[in-house]
Amino acid sequence: MALSVSIQKRLGSFSLDVSFSTDGQSPFGLLGASGSGKSVTLQCIAGILTPDRGRIELNGRTLFDSERKINLPPQKRNIGYLFQQYALFPNMTVEQNLLAGVRSGSRAEKKAAVADAIRRFRLDGTEKQYPATLSGGQQQRTALARILVGQPELLLLDEPFSALDGFLKWQLEWELAEYLKPFSGDVVFVTHARDEIRRLCRSACVLEHGRSEASLPADALLDRPQTLAAAQLAGFRNVTAVRAEADGFVFCPAWNLRLRTEKPCQAVALPENALHPALPGEENAFLCRVAGEVSEDAQTTVLLIPDGAEPGTVLCMQKPEGALLSETLRVAIAPEAVLTLGSRIVTT
Amino acid sequence: MDWYPLWNSLRIALIATGIVFFLGIFAAYYAARLPKAIKGVLDVVLTLPLVLPPTVVGYLLLRLLGPKRPLGALFAGQFGVRLTMTWWSAVIATAVVIFPLLYRTARGAFESFDESLAAAGRTLGKSNTYVFWRIRMPCCRQGILAGTVLAFARALGEYGATSMIAGYTPGRTATISTTVYQLWRLDNDADAFRWVLVNIVLSAIVLLAMNFLERRSRAKRRA
Repeated sequence: MALSVSIQKRLGSFSLDVSFSTDGQSPFGLLGASGSGKSVTLQCIAGILTPDRGRIELNGRTLFDSERKINLPPQKRNIGYLFQQYALFPNMTVEQNLLAGVRSGSRAEKKAAVADAIRRFRLDGTEKQYPATLSGGQQQRTALARILVGQPELLLLDEPFSALDGFLKWQLEWELAEYLKPFSGDVVFVTHARDEIRRLCRSACVLEHGRSEASLPADALLDRPQTLAAAQLAGFRNVTAVRAEADGFVFCPAWNLRLRTEKPCQAVALPENALHPALPGEENAFLCRVAGEVSEDAQTTVLLIPDGAEPGTVLCMQKPEGALLSETLRVAIAPEAVLTLGSRIVTT
Repeated sequence: MDWYPLWNSLRIALIATGIVFFLGIFAAYYAARLPKAIKGVLDVVLTLPLVLPPTVVGYLLLRLLGPKRPLGALFAGQFGVRLTMTWWSAVIATAVVIFPLLYRTARGAFESFDESLAAAGRTLGKSNTYVFWRIRMPCCRQGILAGTVLAFARALGEYGATSMIAGYTPGRTATISTTVYQLWRLDNDADAFRWVLVNIVLSAIVLLAMNFLERRSRAKRRA
């Protein structure tokens, strides 16, 4: 019992080719840069957009099947969709917004369901207010309540925190997780922020230029990414495409580096904490110019420009405790510490 | 004073605005969904009455609805109905002239509507009819309301096309605007001026009503 998706769609010059299943993996994350097709995917699942080809199944029900000519309208899919800006109806009060979410029952039953949701989502006192007068937290709770009073089988969350920053984002994220705990259906969560995937999702897959990669447990996806796109989205900053060479070496044109790796690959990521000042005679060592250092939340980062690198490229190295830096530095990375990446892993 | 022109003007303006309210909104709604090329052509055709002189619109309508013209002959033959020189000929002329005002304001309002609200309604299980009347229309209400009042005001002032297709028959097709012209032409300055005052008061009331409605709907959402 889960959502399984396998769809293709062309939109102008953009083409979408996505497949994944949430079976035992919910909350499931779709991680992608903007323009990678995350929202289009959710809209296809919800029935707002129609894919060109493929199938969508939810808990054994076919929602869409291009071959059998099945295409349920959004009204019949029973899917809750949390929009980026919540999409509360501005012409209705909080109470009326929630009432619009109740799918069945007599008038009295609907009213009772709304009253119950208002209490559970701590919206007491806002019943007669219009959405424009609510705080960000109240808006999110209203939107969630409006969706959950309809008892959907699946929840789609479309970058709910992308418009927020700092403390409010943190607070709403925590609150969302709390309110989703009692929800028994599957959840698909779409974002470009890796920290949200790590905190909110059990597993996830990367969406790159409209194509989905393999699904992995969230921690594995972020700590040991397997593709170039995944590594970039996971926050690795030293990422580049490489050319395979003989004897277990690869050449990185952007950095003008020849590195030994454990496996042949199409791209590499150099973890910032694995780069270190080279010891005499160490393998995978290279000369860099030190371009400066920047303080960040968890570390001080040294910016390195490898000898002969393409203009504009820079490597980041976590500054070793107490290290003194000269203008040039020989740095090294152990072959087993180099992350070997494919250019793409197609979902199986 | 014979109040017939006032009553006739109000009746024509109200009916024409009522018809155009629905036609303009549906034209705007469906035009937004058409392919670009067709939309461009349709847009020109639907907006043309706004820029053409009312006499040109009147002329074209006469060519279409006159007793010896295709549509006019059809109606006269089939139903025994005259399409010109009656008070409701003026309704037709007025509707054609004010149509673009509603069509364009409604289109502008629909274009600025946040489509995710409609999508939200549909995923919540609401019918397309509900989404249109309870979500899309109320959200676009400012623009549509302004367009409607503007169209109504313009309908009250319609002269050119109306005088050509409905003429001036006291007690039958006379409206305020045609009456003012006739009285002035007959050198009855006192009565002409009285009707001018009536017209100014009426138009001022309409515009005041528009401002009031706008302010109220804005205040309600912020409350």
